[in-house]
Amino acid sequence: MIPELGQFALVLAAVVALMQSTVPLVGAAQGNSRWMSLGSHAAVGQCLLILLAFAILAYEHIVSDFTVENVFQNSFAAMPLLYKITGVWGNHEGSMLLWVMILSIYGMLIALFGNNLPRGLKARVLAVQGMIGLGFLAFILATSDPFNRLIDPPADGQGLNPLLQDPGLAFHPPFLYLGYVGFSVAFSFAVAALIEGRVDPAWARWVRPWTLVAWSALTLGVAMGSWWAYYTLGWGGWWGWDPVENASLMPWLAGTALLHSAIVVEKRDALKSWTILLAILTFSLSLIGTFLVRSGLTTSVHSFALDPRRGIFVLGLLIAATGGALILYAIRAPSLKIGGLFQPISREGGLVLNNLILTTMCATVFIGTLFPTFMSAMGKTISVGPPYFNFCCQVLTPFLAIGLGVGAMLPWKRADLPGVLSRLKFAAAISVVVAIAVYYLHNGGPVLAIPAMMLAVWLVASAVTEIAERIRLFAIPFSHSMARAVSLPRAAWGMTLAHAGLGIAIAGMTGTALWTQERIQAMAPGESVELAGYQVQLKSVGPVEGPNYDAERATFIVTDTGHYVATLSAERRVVHPQETSVTNIGIRTNFFADIYAVVGESDPGKPGAYVTRLYYHPLVPWIWVGSVIMVLGGIVSLTDRRLRIGAPLRRLANIPEALPAE
Amino acid sequence: MRRLLFILPVLVFVGIVVYFATPLLRGIDPSVIPSPLIDKPVPAFALPPLPGYPKGLSSADLKGQVQIVNIFASWCVPCRAEAPALMALKKMNIPIQGIDQKDKPADALEYLKELGDPYVSIGADLDRKVSIDWGAYGAPETFIVDANGRIRFKQAAPITQDDIDNTIVPLINRLRTEK
Repeated sequence: MIPELGQFALVLAAVVALMQSTVPLVGAAQGNSRWMSLGSHAAVGQCLLILLAFAILAYEHIVSDFTVENVFQNSFAAMPLLYKITGVWGNHEGSMLLWVMILSIYGMLIALFGNNLPRGLKARVLAVQGMIGLGFLAFILATSDPFNRLIDPPADGQGLNPLLQDPGLAFHPPFLYLGYVGFSVAFSFAVAALIEGRVDPAWARWVRPWTLVAWSALTLGVAMGSWWAYYTLGWGGWWGWDPVENASLMPWLAGTALLHSAIVVEKRDALKSWTILLAILTFSLSLIGTFLVRSGLTTSVHSFALDPRRGIFVLGLLIAATGGALILYAIRAPSLKIGGLFQPISREGGLVLNNLILTTMCATVFIGTLFPTFMSAMGKTISVGPPYFNFCCQVLTPFLAIGLGVGAMLPWKRADLPGVLSRLKFAAAISVVVAIAVYYLHNGGPVLAIPAMMLAVWLVASAVTEIAERIRLFAIPFSHSMARAVSLPRAAWGMTLAHAGLGIAIAGMTGTALWTQERIQAMAPGESVELAGYQVQLKSVGPVEGPNYDAERATFIVTDTGHYVATLSAERRVVHPQETSVTNIGIRTNFFADIYAVVGESDPGKPGAYVTRLYYHPLVPWIWVGSVIMVLGGIVSLTDRRLRIGAPLRRLANIPEALPAE
Repeated sequence: MRRLLFILPVLVFVGIVVYFATPLLRGIDPSVIPSPLIDKPVPAFALPPLPGYPKGLSSADLKGQVQIVNIFASWCVPCRAEAPALMALKKMNIPIQGIDQKDKPADALEYLKELGDPYVSIGADLDRKVSIDWGAYGAPETFIVDANGRIRFKQAAPITQDDIDNTIVPLINRLRTEK
């Protein structure tokens, strides 16, 4: 009975979404305020219904009700409670439910906190949100019903995919979806603005915080995904250019561009139609990400849904959303008023450069990811591997990083480039010195490491220079500088943090890409190998038993010229009931480098020996430390007074609504 | 002229959709991923037999005549689904070699007793190493190997009667006439 209640809630939510997507739109066109306000009520109602459905599915998973097919296929009575809960979205049906749930939460937040929005804009935004919700609810009900029952319920479930039984991956999808789906708000605002034919700084002030929320969540989601790949998959890497990873990177790149171009709309009333286009593209790329994972068009560890019917449905949604929005764009965008003009060398110019580079990166990833897949589906095979992506990123990132340091210092409208450059000479000198010092401390390595480290240091140093100039550090007494620092807009601190975080992450990527050491060998207990100056000894290998797995555990002792450093334990687990083997990696980190140990199968050629892989990864933790700092930057920026209060908006809301431009 | 610029995104989008939707709508199954091993010699391997069987399977056994190599496992439900099709191939005197992937030998014997044994010989690939050399993602997977020991065809899905009539038998007949 309870699962049927969940299904009923979903059907009802679809009906409410249908109302939400039509009535407010008509109301806004005719100036009928009652019809417009229905949008808010419907958004709240839709959200509560979907929350109920999700709670019911979670309950079914927690109590292990195997009469529900979804629970049977993805749960297992003896599984730890944490994974029973995260198993709710560790499968196709549940993750789609999570998707619409997050969408409807965003819709509800717009309804509840959007009181200072112009009524017509709010009604239209909610209507577009309703349309997206309706599309995905229809998708769930038609092809992916999570509440499907089994006529002949089995005694126990099949268990959650062992790879997903991991805290890193368990919380990766919610953040990823918080990001993907968060861009729907920017999309809805863009479409609403096209319907109204009007984009103004107030519009951008509204879009910015939502984009920031989505961007911060997506940054965290992508970082968690790569962290998970690093410490569970056991191949020693952290980013494989796997289509599903790329699917999350593309909206991130486009969303980063959107975040920056929206600033230009807000501050200078320029780049309007470009920002609208970016908002449409960013959400479309999020939809493509969903499509890639859900359609099974790519073969990768993430793709657990292999059903072409679903693929065609999501493709239909993608065509309707993106195609519809782009047609609207083609019709309405030319009539948008062109805003403030600026010189090429100016803050606006810098942000345009940022947008050009980020969208170029996004396009190269898009081409590299999608075309090979579809070529092979048509019977041809071309291979685009990590070398292509690495090459493109290595070519583009320097421009991005150099431009970023300079651009952040430029004033609006027109700038004095030589002046700015001379203010940055200190940052430039530091990056050269530090890069060369690091290179020698590391006893050499590829020469490419010097320019790469220079870029990383440059990003941090220029971000610090920028904030130091703002608070006039050393130019005025220190206490005055501190007072300035406190009163500086939070958005400024957010920018500094995010930019410095990117620098730290790039340092981590460089370190692990260029200085990694790897030893693969057959080792019998008692033997040692040398790794980056450490002695790693395989102490013992023995069986251990976990809650739902049996494992062989290898214990390694790491010493540095006779001094004990760490004990690592790596396992090779066979998880029940699927009998899948999973590696569990031993990692020892000291924040500057990781020692990483994987134990493989016993070696047939050498009695009593096991194949072991040992890695030394310099700076790798910085990738995630940097990402978290970027996320913190986003959060700090979100707490900016300007975004919280929206003071200018309230005044705007009282003006009678302006007529559409056409 | 300026208007044209704004129409450009939707035109590009239409182009991409047409390009991408074509294979889907033509009904090409995306799970058929061409194997990079096609037209390459079979990987060198030697697998032990299942308990009670006289011999296992090695790459040397795959020379001299056109044969099918089928990767299966007792835990694999689609393998059960394709078992009758394999028995039908056996009745047509097409030799099938089996690779039992990541299985418990006792379960495999039970499986063969229950569903019939279509295989000439079976190699027990208990740790899945050899299957990985064959580029197999899972089970069942079926390969056709020609008389020179080269892989000529791969299917990463259960074999149906339709596949036998339209793909496998015509290809085997053609390969048998090849020199």
